[in-house]
Amino acid sequence: MSILINKDSRVVTQGITGKTGMFHTHHSIAYANGKACYVAGVTPKKGGQVVEGVPVYDSVVEARAATGCNVSVIYVPPPFAAAAIDEAVDAGIEVVICITEGIPVKDMIVTRDRMQGSSTILIGPNCPGVITPEEIKIGIMPGYIHRKGRIGVVSRSGTLTYEVVDQLTKLGLGQSTCVGIGGDPVNGLKHLDVMKMFNDDPDTDGVVMCGEIGGTDEELCAEWIADNMSKPVVGFIAGVTAPPGKRMGHAGAIISGGKGTADEKIGALEAAGVSVTRNPSDMGKLMLEAMQK
Amino acid sequence: MKIHEYQGKAILAEYGVVVPEGKACFSVDEAVAAAQAIGGEKWVVKAQIHAGGRGKGGGVKVASSLDEVREFADAILGMTLVTHQTGPEGKVVKRLLVEEGAPIQDELYLGLVVDRVTQRVTVMASSEGGTEIETVAEETPELIHKVSVDPKTGLTTAEAEGLAAKIGIAADLVPAAGKLMQALYQAFWDKDASLAEINPLITTSDGRVIALDAKINFDESAMYRHPELEGLRDLDEEDADELEAAKFGLNYISLDGTIGCLVNGAGLAMATMDIIKLYGASPANFLDVGGGATTEQVTEAFKIMLKNSNLKAILVNIFGGIMRCDVVAEGLVNAAREVDLKVPLVVRLEGTNVEQGRKILADSGISVINATTMADAAEKVAAAAAGA
Repeated sequence: MSILINKDSRVVTQGITGKTGMFHTHHSIAYANGKACYVAGVTPKKGGQVVEGVPVYDSVVEARAATGCNVSVIYVPPPFAAAAIDEAVDAGIEVVICITEGIPVKDMIVTRDRMQGSSTILIGPNCPGVITPEEIKIGIMPGYIHRKGRIGVVSRSGTLTYEVVDQLTKLGLGQSTCVGIGGDPVNGLKHLDVMKMFNDDPDTDGVVMCGEIGGTDEELCAEWIADNMSKPVVGFIAGVTAPPGKRMGHAGAIISGGKGTADEKIGALEAAGVSVTRNPSDMGKLMLEAMQK
Repeated sequence: MKIHEYQGKAILAEYGVVVPEGKACFSVDEAVAAAQAIGGEKWVVKAQIHAGGRGKGGGVKVASSLDEVREFADAILGMTLVTHQTGPEGKVVKRLLVEEGAPIQDELYLGLVVDRVTQRVTVMASSEGGTEIETVAEETPELIHKVSVDPKTGLTTAEAEGLAAKIGIAADLVPAAGKLMQALYQAFWDKDASLAEINPLITTSDGRVIALDAKINFDESAMYRHPELEGLRDLDEEDADELEAAKFGLNYISLDGTIGCLVNGAGLAMATMDIIKLYGASPANFLDVGGGATTEQVTEAFKIMLKNSNLKAILVNIFGGIMRCDVVAEGLVNAAREVDLKVPLVVRLEGTNVEQGRKILADSGISVINATTMADAAEKVAAAAAGA
């Protein structure tokens, strides 16, 4: 097993005719069961084309009716990306993964409000995507650094996730699923949601979580871990050296009003029994030690 | 994006928020003329910089005569204002706001933020105006009242008036205060603001509710649909190196250490800064070159980093995904040849096409200290900087 996606997922790429959508669909199809998993693409008014061997439809509703796709990945440009999420939600897609970076926060407030009461799960926006190694890759991560295994990874950042995955793989620790939840302030799944899924997944034995400055998501996750988590968790928080009031790349990575500092987050995680390292080179090693206990 | 108080007040006034009569001035004579035109017996001369805490730093003065307006304008214009938000180097004042002096009765607080947990806009109000809201939140959190706004309805009259009553506004002024809050919310929503603070919001002895200050930040991601706001950007208030970097699509932030860092991805860039600190050195900058940097971008990044006279060494940390290590290596070689690289360069490459990347560096003849892991890189760059 795994969480969120597996070899039986059927994927539609929204924005498949754009350069980015086409490029990443190509590489995702080439990974593991990608050829069977990627069944449709959507770009308004471009229905009828075939891109990367995948039929293109005008809307997600049409794509779903024709192919039974249940997962969507979005590479639509920022001004139209929130509407693309809305479309996938309205079409009853189960898991929506939005890669697009730079969506106005207001658009996401409206989209998240629309999603109340919906059973659709949103991951992102501004995220690298989700991968269940050796089964399916949905997103922009380099597939080859991953190995199938029993460690879950959840992170707000892209390349930092690759860093931890690479460390795990080199130490012989494969991954069950790696989830990039993204760096935006208003988004879908949070650390806490993914942590619960890993806790419930019989094929995950431990979790590495990478957080960063800004917001209180890591603190909320830490509270839940303290009372509920039955598996070892290793944590790293990026931004110990980040100055307050400066946005460190991600829209959500900013220390404001004295809140959201790395030290607060590290303290909360340590209090919850998480093995936190201040050295990002040691994330894999710490997980290995936790597994050998 | 941040704007000045007087610009914020102009936007709020368009939405019906009551603000003091005032004018932005760029010279002492202009300030005196503005006070004369406003009339009355009291004026406030306010330094216009993006940082807060201006009053404590001596950047806000109340004048009781036109001579005093001249005196204060002369003192404030051109002064280097140091506040808790400017850093020790301070900020030179180049603009003033001259306003009518309002007869303050009560000072209150009003703020709007995007709440990540509720995923909505939250309106915060408090009877404790004039002070830092963080201090109020810490010491007397019960004095902060909040409304989480439904994006479908906006801030309703009942919610706004309810808040006004809770922060102690007299019953006869509650409708005016409620209207002001609703106008502020509408401005926030329409203009894609990320933060709005009125501190203080005041009631006056002659029965008005006025926004005495205005701090508004906007969501950079939404600026494409607000051409009307673009002209409000004050480049004097922004870091020259950060602006230069932004022109080349680089995300750069100046810091006060000695190790220049060039990294792909924001999270990895922060982690790289952290590990440099862990090994006893300190980062000179945050620099995220993004997912698909070109040779030109890498070269520009080097030029910007090398402008810093404190720089003692550079650490390049790239985890190649989409971005291939061989492309990065070529960029590094070109950059090193184009710029005069006088400090040690430590390079850690990992990921896609890493072997080709390392070979390109080795064959180039440029002086590079190779590193394998992030820890190895941090240790080597700290040692190189200490030796330099």
